Amino acid sequence: MTTPHDAPPRSGAGADRAFELATAGAAWFVLILLGATAASMAWGGRLAFETFGWGFISGRDWDAVGGRFGALVPIYGTLVTSFLALILAVPVSIGIALFLTDIAPRWMRGPIGIAIELLAAIPSIIYGMWGLFVFAPFMAAHVQPWLRDHLGSLPVIGAAFTGPPIGIGLLTASIVLAIMVIPFISTVARGVFNAVPAHLKEAAVALGSTRWEILSRVTLPYTRSAIIGAIFLGLGRALGETMAVTFVLGNAHDLSFSLLMPSNSIAAAIANEFTEADTELYRSSLIALAFLLFVVTFLVLTAAKLMLMRMGRLQGRTH
Amino acid sequence: MLLRRKFADLLARAFAAAATLFGLTWLVWILWTTLSEGAAALSPRLFAAMTPPPGETGGLLNAFYGSAVMVLLALAIGTPIGIAAGTYLAEHGRHSRLAAAAGFINDVLLSAPSIVIGLFIYELVVRPSGHFSGFAGALALAMILLPIVVRTTDEALRLVPNTMREAAFALGIPRWRVTARILYKAALSGILTGVLLGLARIAGETAPLLFTALNNQFWSASLAEPLANLPVVIFQYAMSPYDQWHALAWAGAFVLTAFVLGLNLLVRLCARGARK
Repeated sequence: MTTPHDAPPRSGAGADRAFELATAGAAWFVLILLGATAASMAWGGRLAFETFGWGFISGRDWDAVGGRFGALVPIYGTLVTSFLALILAVPVSIGIALFLTDIAPRWMRGPIGIAIELLAAIPSIIYGMWGLFVFAPFMAAHVQPWLRDHLGSLPVIGAAFTGPPIGIGLLTASIVLAIMVIPFISTVARGVFNAVPAHLKEAAVALGSTRWEILSRVTLPYTRSAIIGAIFLGLGRALGETMAVTFVLGNAHDLSFSLLMPSNSIAAAIANEFTEADTELYRSSLIALAFLLFVVTFLVLTAAKLMLMRMGRLQGRTH
Repeated sequence: MLLRRKFADLLARAFAAAATLFGLTWLVWILWTTLSEGAAALSPRLFAAMTPPPGETGGLLNAFYGSAVMVLLALAIGTPIGIAAGTYLAEHGRHSRLAAAAGFINDVLLSAPSIVIGLFIYELVVRPSGHFSGFAGALALAMILLPIVVRTTDEALRLVPNTMREAAFALGIPRWRVTARILYKAALSGILTGVLLGLARIAGETAPLLFTALNNQFWSASLAEPLANLPVVIFQYAMSPYDQWHALAWAGAFVLTAFVLGLNLLVRLCARGARK
């Protein structure tokens, strides 16, 4: 295939070469930036990794005075809040995407779509302030007492709903995170739902399918890999979210299985403590945390991108 | 059987509508809080006085100024590099391995945790120079802006019809002039949309500024010193135990939200209008 991109060099060849080199340099710059970030976090955290080894990940003590740092609590808090957020956000996001592609009247789709996307534009510090001053007191007054009274005495899961209703904590942080990732997942899901070839849906309609049957038997199977990609994208966002979580998680270095108790996350620990870290080992431990966060989000986002690309290739085949 | 299928369908539709309502409820709740708390704390002093010590009245003038300076500097650094890299992805390097790799990595950077970017600039600039600075803050913001500009430039250029390139090459115009004079012009609204959405994004970023620009209670116009900025002032004041600081934080939050959402709406409406 000959494209204009293979056009032979002309009189302006020198300028052409310079222009191409400049743009290629910028592309290299993007690559180098990511590598440099990872390398700089690994280098900054080397003292912590050397000192504690694997104990840095499995240790429960976070003792700035004694100089002993184990990251189990922030890692646990990051994972629990992110997964709870996804459990809440995924069905809601799919519901929104379905509403905006198939159910809502046409005139409603544009404005509501923009409104949902605006949720992603609100700065995370606003989520944090709202969470701390409005949502956490609401949880403490209305939701948490109910959870404790009705679920706290159940076997097994009851342990997750014990403790004083203080508002801030794992559950509140998870809900705020869920609200923040809903627009990311629903926007991608809406895009891929719209990309399902019309003839597949039409065939299902001709067979007498209801809309739910079209969604569950045509749309979702067809878009499965892209939807998983969208969920991973949301997970990547949730893992690294800092400000909102810092406000509502409570910055407590205790391992607690109750969702009503305050905890910590990797990003929140860094935000809260980095400027106060007075020893080299303390600072290095926080940077080591950032390295772990960066590696995990990199893997999650890479998986998301690969899943979304698979959907693109699938479409290339069917058309 | 038919009844059960119809019932399942009805249930799915009701759930989808309820999910949308659920999402919109949070938007309204958060906006209402920001509006009511922020409007109560708004006053002309906000734009005329410096950030106060605890117990005194004051405004956010130095924070607004510092944020504006850092965001503009970040735009000046991030936009040209982003447009150049986006041009490589869409034009000069299309189909090349470098473009594929850079495009992939760019999408990862797009969602990378901003707090890690702040720490990276800390290690790169703040630690060697020995002090926090507005310049370091601007670099951190530029690094967050960059992938947004790369992605939107790439997409905008890909939307330019190939016939336009072919016509230009047929006239014997050198390739770089085709890109600079014709393709950029055709893709201008798309690129501008990306830059403005990036501007809205970095205006509210807090985490990357915590360890780079830090904060400054006093007026400072020097980029070599810690620089006051709106997000970090909001963070510190909201976390403080003082009522007056809370009120200022809400006022700042109101201005920030109005700016970010206003810019977002404006850009989206203009982009929709241009497409029609």
